[in-house]
Amino acid sequence: MMPLAALFLRDIRLAVRIGGGAVMGVLFFLIVVTLVPLAVGPDLALLQRIGPAILWLGALLASLLALDHLFAADYADGSLDVILTARAPLELAVLAKAAAHWLTTGLPLVIAAPVLGLMLNIEPKAMAAVTLTLLAGTPALTLIGAVGAALSVALRRGGLLLPVLVLPLTIPVLIFGVAAANAAIVGPTPFGTPFTILCALSLASLAIGPFAAAAALRHGLE
Amino acid sequence: MRLFAEDLDCVRGGRAVFEGIAFSVGAGEALCVTGRNGAGKSSLLRQIAGLVRVAHGTIALDGGDPELSIAEQLHYLGHLDALKASLSVHENLTFWARYLGGSRDGVDAALAVLELDRLADLPAAYLSAGQRRRLSIARLLAAPRPVWLLDEPTSALDALAQARVAELMRAHLASGGMIVAAAHGPIGLEAARELRLGEAV
Repeated sequence: MMPLAALFLRDIRLAVRIGGGAVMGVLFFLIVVTLVPLAVGPDLALLQRIGPAILWLGALLASLLALDHLFAADYADGSLDVILTARAPLELAVLAKAAAHWLTTGLPLVIAAPVLGLMLNIEPKAMAAVTLTLLAGTPALTLIGAVGAALSVALRRGGLLLPVLVLPLTIPVLIFGVAAANAAIVGPTPFGTPFTILCALSLASLAIGPFAAAAALRHGLE
Repeated sequence: MRLFAEDLDCVRGGRAVFEGIAFSVGAGEALCVTGRNGAGKSSLLRQIAGLVRVAHGTIALDGGDPELSIAEQLHYLGHLDALKASLSVHENLTFWARYLGGSRDGVDAALAVLELDRLADLPAAYLSAGQRRRLSIARLLAAPRPVWLLDEPTSALDALAQARVAELMRAHLASGGMIVAAAHGPIGLEAARELRLGEAV
């Protein structure tokens, strides 16, 4: 376990240092959510209705922002070559990196969401539901994104390809995330049904993501 | 312990880089891979490290740990230094030592041997090219492994550092290690056999 803990801690340390980009995601999230009331206008009822969707879209776009860092930095400086000669399986190394990535970019979005919800006139109870769906759904975004990041690792302009690859795959997460949040606010479906599917999507990407990303990395290094 | 390859082919981007390469390196021996630009020196090292697929032929390590793959028993020192600019010299090396299965004492000893101990707290961003190379080489000492694959190990190093690295390589061979190095010039290993790869432009 020690090699993986070392990798996990190194990635967290890199993310919080200068140039790491851990704060950028939250700032981007803040800007996206701030722009919506300015574009839609001060219609409180409308904002309340579309609020959960805005928060989910903002979180989705913000989580994409730092994704190209996930493997591209290690590829560019040669670290990935050395990581491949370690005794820890690459799949677990991918998981350790994804966990560090979620902790530094996904979790801050979840924590920021209730604060930003105030700007969209979302009630406290509804806000709790949205935050809970983000907590359950953002790991899936990171793990699906890891596959895209691994696929585009060897491409010089991979940063542009990455959203095109990843966004279509995140559609189910977005649908069930917003559905669960809306179910808690307006009904009529119970909150549990879409929320369970959202959790299942996260667990499925936890099971598949590391293997797919590791396979893509091995292929990409050729 | 013996590292050997038989009838090895390498194909990159649909082009045959080399064909029918064979070599054998025993414990305490060094092999110096030479050849013109594009002859496949780096590709050969990357094939041994498992980073490039072997199109045809075999690479094997006799007498190694049967539980581990070849890649897990070697150090690959490529053109890139595998350092993080925002981490200090000590943090960079400690990470690789922990990740590759070395010890904490090994880190301090390796920094001292490569004369980096006075820079230990400096972020790697401020290192010169030669200092970066030395820090990268310190990784080989911090986590002991029998096979060293070195891609132009002495590039960017000054004369003193080159002599020091040659000393380290000889010490590694004396302790039963193996070295496969790609180089254009002499790297300070007189006893090394030469594997010359075919002409390429």
